[in-house]
Formats: sequence, C-alpha cells, structure tokens
Amino acid sequence: MELIKPSFGLIFWMLIGFGILFFILAKFAWPIITNGIASRNKKIADQLEEAAKIHEEMQSLNKKHDEMMAQAKNERDALLAEARKVSEEMYEKAKLKASAESQAMIEDAKKAIYFEKMKAITDAKNAIANFSIDIAQKVITEELKDREKQEALVEKWLEDCHFN
Amino acid sequence: MVCALLMVFACQNGFAQATETAEADNVEAVAEAAQEEVFDAGPFIIEHVIDSYGWHICGSGEKSVTIPLPVILFDEGRPVVFLSNKFHHGEAAYNGYAMGWEENTKGRIVKLEGNYSDYTGHLEEGEAYANHVCKWDISITKNVCALLISIILITCIFLSVAKRYREHPDEVPSGLQALVEPLIVFIQDEVITPSLGKNSNKYAPYLLTLFFFIFLNNMLGIVPIFPGGANLTGNIAVTGILALITFFVTTFSSGKEYWKDIFNTPGVPWWLKVPLPLMPLVETIGIFTKPFVLMVRLFANITAGHIITLAFVSLIFIFGQMNPVIGWAVSPVSIFFYIFMGLMELLVAFIQAFVFTLLSAMYIGMAIGEEEHEEKTAVVEA
Repeated sequence: MELIKPSFGLIFWMLIGFGILFFILAKFAWPIITNGIASRNKKIADQLEEAAKIHEEMQSLNKKHDEMMAQAKNERDALLAEARKVSEEMYEKAKLKASAESQAMIEDAKKAIYFEKMKAITDAKNAIANFSIDIAQKVITEELKDREKQEALVEKWLEDCHFN
Repeated sequence: MVCALLMVFACQNGFAQATETAEADNVEAVAEAAQEEVFDAGPFIIEHVIDSYGWHICGSGEKSVTIPLPVILFDEGRPVVFLSNKFHHGEAAYNGYAMGWEENTKGRIVKLEGNYSDYTGHLEEGEAYANHVCKWDISITKNVCALLISIILITCIFLSVAKRYREHPDEVPSGLQALVEPLIVFIQDEVITPSLGKNSNKYAPYLLTLFFFIFLNNMLGIVPIFPGGANLTGNIAVTGILALITFFVTTFSSGKEYWKDIFNTPGVPWWLKVPLPLMPLVETIGIFTKPFVLMVRLFANITAGHIITLAFVSLIFIFGQMNPVIGWAVSPVSIFFYIFMGLMELLVAFIQAFVFTLLSAMYIGMAIGEEEHEEKTAVVEA
C-alpha cells in the first residue's frame, strides 16, 4: 500500500521544486532556446531561398553569357568572312590592276619599240637617201665634168621633155 | 539500482564468510543469523521501489552504507530537524521520533506518546509503544533528494544550452546543445505545434519542462548507482503533481467550446442528455479521469519496469538459496533478461515522457478548442 500512498513531503517538495524549475527554465532557458532555433531555422530558410535565387540568376546570367558568346562568335565569323571577302576583292583588284599595268607597260614598250623602229627606218631611209644623193651627186658630178656630156644630157632631157 | 543490489549481496556474502571464519566456535549464532536473513523477494523489491529516509548505497543490516538525509518535521507547529541515521535503520527512536513499524504506519515517521515522548534509544522488539503519525513531514527523503539533484541537473543543462544560443546565435549546434536540440525540436514539431497550433508559444515552456523533467528522471531512475536509482517518476506523488498541474492548466485555459462539449456534447442523441444527463456526467468524470490516467500511466509504467528488473535479479538469490549451483546457473539467464529489461526501460523512459507530454498538450489543445480541430484529429489518428 505504501507504493500508491502519496507522501505529503514529496508533494510539498515536488510542487516547490517543479515550480522553481519551471520558473527558471521558462524565464531563462526556453525563450532563448526556442527563439534561437527559430532564428536559425529562418536564417537557413532565407539562405536557401537566396541560394535558389542566386542559382536562378546564375542560370540566367549563364544563358545571357552563352547568348553573348554565340553572338560574338557570329559577329566574329561575319567579320572574318567580310575581311576575307575584302582581302579577296583587294587581291583580285590588285591582280587586275597589276595585269592592266603590265599590259599597258607592254603596250608602251611595244609603241616605243615601234617608234624606235620607225625612227630607225626613217633614219635609215634618210641615210640611204643622203647616201644616194651623195652618190648621185658624185655620179652626176663625175658625169657632168665635161661640156659635151652636159650638153648631151640636156639634150636628152630636152628630148624627153616634149613641149607639146 | 540493481548494481547496488548486487553490491549489497556481495557485501552480505563477504560479511557472512568473514563471520564464519572469525567466529568458527560460535556456529550456532551464525546459523541463527543466516536463518534470519532468508531472502524474501517481495519486501526487498518494494523496499527498492518506494521512498526512504536515507539513500542506501550498499551493504545490508548494520554494515550497510547509507547516505543520511535530513528529516524535517513540523510537530505541533514546532520545526524538528535531524539526520535520518539517528533511526539506525528503524531500530531506534530519537527524541521520541521513530520509524513506523505497524502495517499502517510503515515507512512514515511516528511520534511516540506517553512516557516515551522524548525517548532516544533502541526500540525493543514486541513492546507496544503508543504512537501517532507525524502529519507534517517535509523530510528530504531519497526521492526529494533525487528531485533536487534532477532539478539542478536540468537547470544546469538548459541554462548552459541557452547560454550557447545567446552567445553563438545562428551557429552550428555543438556539444550539449546538439544533444538536446533534436529533442526540443521533436517535442515542438511533433507534440506542441500539432496540438496547440497558434497557442504553442504560450504553453511550450510548460510542456518542454514537463518532457525533460520526466525524461531525465526516468533515465536517472534506470541508473543503478548514487545520483540515479531513486524511483522518482515511479512515485505516485510526483506523477500526481504533474498530472494535477496539467489538470489545472487545462481547466484554466479552457474556452467556451470545451465546457459546451462537456455539458451539451454535440453529435449525441438528445435522450442521452435529457432527462438523465448521462453524457454530461460521463464527460464531467472524463475531466478528472484524464489527469488521473496520466498519473497512473507514468507511475505504473516506470514502477513496473523497476519491479520486473528487480525480480530478475531476485531470481538469482531465490535459486541461490535453494542451492548455490542453481543460483550460478540461473544468473546468466537472469542477467540476460535484466539487460533486456534495461533496454526496454530506456525505450519506456522516452516513450512515457513523450506520451505524458503529448497527452498534456492534446488536453490543453482540446480545452482551448478553436479551429485547430482538424490538426488534432490528424495527430490522434497518427
């Protein structure tokens, strides 16, 4: 029976003891602990949310970055292509120009050669004429040394000239 | 507790052997002494489960080691304080105070009357001393001592944990904090919030104190050596006070709905209320049975665990008395069951603390009423 008979002393001390324990813990422990846990939970939740946000931002940034990279690549390709085209054009032009110039030079050379040739021919003709005249002069002078021969010649020429 | 018992018997045997060799010529006296010390499991177990005025450490009879605890009495308004070892294990009176020896005064302090009202000395066996029980006894008994130790322990634990939260806010929990935080969070999330909803903050301090008080004392009750071993949560006074506090908290936080449910229970046919108020009667009894059941459940679970554990240990000595060989043969089995029960008690220590807190929270939640009804039913179903 002793087992189920509550004793006054224990009831008394239990009331006081538990009361004091409750008072101390309710005042100095539980609010701090529960608030501490709640605040940490909130912090963790906030940080997780923030991390998710940052992750999202990162992803959008990455996407933007990729887009920009792709765009830059395209632009570079375009630029390269254009540059290649320009250089090819320039090369073509230069080639054309060079060939035209060489053609012109050849033409000029040809002309010069022709002129020189003509000049040479003319000079040769003149020289030949001069030589011929000189020779003719010498021949004539030789032929017309005496009077008779001159006269005979005049005669002949006169004969050739028909005054009619 | 059981470890202490083992020590008791070790000492006893050692003592007996010493006596045998030293007083070999006085064989008859030894035989007589041995005859007196026949092991009786019933009183032995009860003795270890109930409260006492001294804290028994080891040994038995005159050779036992017991921490004397202060006896505090108010005798006719006069405070009387002395140490419990003055009683010499109940065999002596001190200033007219003695341990009760009759069936109805056993375990309580009595005041001798008449010629013996100031008597100090040995109490003779078989003599009739007129006496009455001292009513106002607030002695620091074994359980009160254990209560104070546990209060100091809980206060130290939670103040240091609170200090850690204050000084290192929002940091990774460590040490003691990491040990108790999961329990606090568990009680908050699984017990308090589902039962009380938005009123959680108001009742959380009480429920948390309740849980940790019961849990720690349950655990200390399992420890067999000194600061533990007192059967505090297996004492009806302690569980009664806890249940009473829950009862008062429930009653004083009750709302209109609570009383309406009791006196005009909805969903019940009218003939159960008028003319004979059957349902209101049942519900009114229910107000008191709820805390009563709380009290009995904790008390019975913890005490039963201790009794079974002690019974397994007693088995060794019961068989040992028949024949020491049988005693040795039985001991491995007993120890195996003792360990098994110890593990069970660990589980029970937590479950009972949890159940007491959960039911308290649910009773308070029901008393407050309001819109958390769905949440509560969910908890009950779970």
